[in-house]
Amino acid sequence: MNLRAVWAIYRMEMARAFRTVLQSIVSPVISTSLYFVVFGSAIGSRITEIDGISYGAFIVPGLIMLSLLTQSISNASFAIYFPKFVGSIYELLSAPVSYLEIVIAYVGGAATKSIILGLIILATASLFVPLTILHPFWMLTFLVLTAVTFSLFGFIIGIWAKSFEQLQLVPLLIITPLTFLGGSFYSINMLPGIWRTVTLFNPVVYLISGFRWSFYGKSDVSVGVSLGMTVVFLLVCITIVAWIFRTGYRLRN
Amino acid sequence: MPSILSISGVSKTYATGFTALKEVNLDIQRGEIFALLGPNGAGKTTLISIVCGIVNRSSGTVTVDGHDINKDYRAARSLIGLVPQELTIDAFESVWATVNYSRGLFGKPANPAFVEKVLRDLSLWDKKDAKAITLSGGMKRRLMIAKALSHEPRVLFLDEPTAGVDVELRQDMWAMVRRLREDGVTIILTTHYIEEAEAMADRVGVINRGEIILVENKVELMRKLGRKRLVLELRNPLTAIPEAFSRYALELSPDGGQLTYTYDNQAERPGVASLIRDLEAGGIQFRDIDTQNSSLEEIFVNLVRREP
Repeated sequence: MNLRAVWAIYRMEMARAFRTVLQSIVSPVISTSLYFVVFGSAIGSRITEIDGISYGAFIVPGLIMLSLLTQSISNASFAIYFPKFVGSIYELLSAPVSYLEIVIAYVGGAATKSIILGLIILATASLFVPLTILHPFWMLTFLVLTAVTFSLFGFIIGIWAKSFEQLQLVPLLIITPLTFLGGSFYSINMLPGIWRTVTLFNPVVYLISGFRWSFYGKSDVSVGVSLGMTVVFLLVCITIVAWIFRTGYRLRN
Repeated sequence: MPSILSISGVSKTYATGFTALKEVNLDIQRGEIFALLGPNGAGKTTLISIVCGIVNRSSGTVTVDGHDINKDYRAARSLIGLVPQELTIDAFESVWATVNYSRGLFGKPANPAFVEKVLRDLSLWDKKDAKAITLSGGMKRRLMIAKALSHEPRVLFLDEPTAGVDVELRQDMWAMVRRLREDGVTIILTTHYIEEAEAMADRVGVINRGEIILVENKVELMRKLGRKRLVLELRNPLTAIPEAFSRYALELSPDGGQLTYTYDNQAERPGVASLIRDLEAGGIQFRDIDTQNSSLEEIFVNLVRREP
């Protein structure tokens, strides 16, 4: 294993995050704080609690997931798309690195950045609402699994995209709506029957539900199903990435 | 001399159906400077890209120092350095960071002293903390070379290394290439500047329409395919070449003061002596005479034109 190459790519990716600290860290923190002001204070004053949890605290896991999903995708998709766009990908393709090493380095870098971000949002949230984390191990497990899965998904988008427009398309048109409709700001039990069933087809519901369970011990769907769905999505992404590298799709052709 | 790079039966057809390479066979000898010449779209960059692992080939085999580029890609690729044609650098990285990144990517342990030497050799040391985006075109080109040399390759590909580079930098690069060769590095360069090949290469390969049409020792090639020109400065300008000289390949300058005879220097009877005799007999006097060898450029153009 070419660990030096993995480290070189990983370090370069992390350096990029620190170079663009405003964009990478500060802006998501500001937008999360705004969510608290708008949803927590304005709406929270009308909805006092859900499942026995104060509304402000209830939305914290959903907010973290919202940032985790969008940032994991954008970090990883940009990281691999940018060298493709400027042409510097030649160096990566001509280097003695395996596909696995490339994925570990890029996805590891993107996931690390979004995990750090998730923890910063958690710390920011604790300034607004009192937080309890009943299952810290599972909280971290969901955090890491989701960050890795969606970084892989972002990596796939970055390889697939042929333009900056395509790069934005999937996060904007699919991921953001799914996250908003995935129970970030409400419990799906609050929905009428038919919409509740429809919502169960949204994979993000399982991520948010499982993550919220690790905080408060309450969930919309069983935690085992949440974990299972996350792992299934992870395996789907791994399969697609393996196919991309085996065929050289949009990289070596 | 044993070959360090062996390309055998390599073909490439892109998804669009365009065939860029047809059954290419080429052996590069250890420690030589090999110039690959060819017009635009001939397949030079595709061939280099296949050897370096950037483009998948459709068929054929490639080995670098005995290592198959697929089965043993780590060993093969770690021997190769590539300076591509386009200036493609992560614009926001510093010179120091990007060169060290390249070294790490190729699995080499950090060696600040070596990287410093590479940057000093390429007159980039003063710019080590500058971001790539702030460098001039010539400096970016040097940076691309520094990145390729950072991992101590044994085979170096230079794809159009001096395109758009000023004369001074070109001379510097030629000197650098010669230094590398002295250190035992094998160099394969593609170029549009035939003078570059003429000045540096040990052997020349010509590729056209995806096929290698010739591989030859440069000196031998110029001897074999070279044509000579005999230039006669006339004492009295002519208005036209007299009919009696139609059997000679003569050209008259627009002012009628210079007569040029082109001939094959490999021919048994080049015809120089008989032309001079005939000119004297015809009363055409000349005050000066000169001969010129054809350049590699002319040889190249002739070769490519000759192809159907």
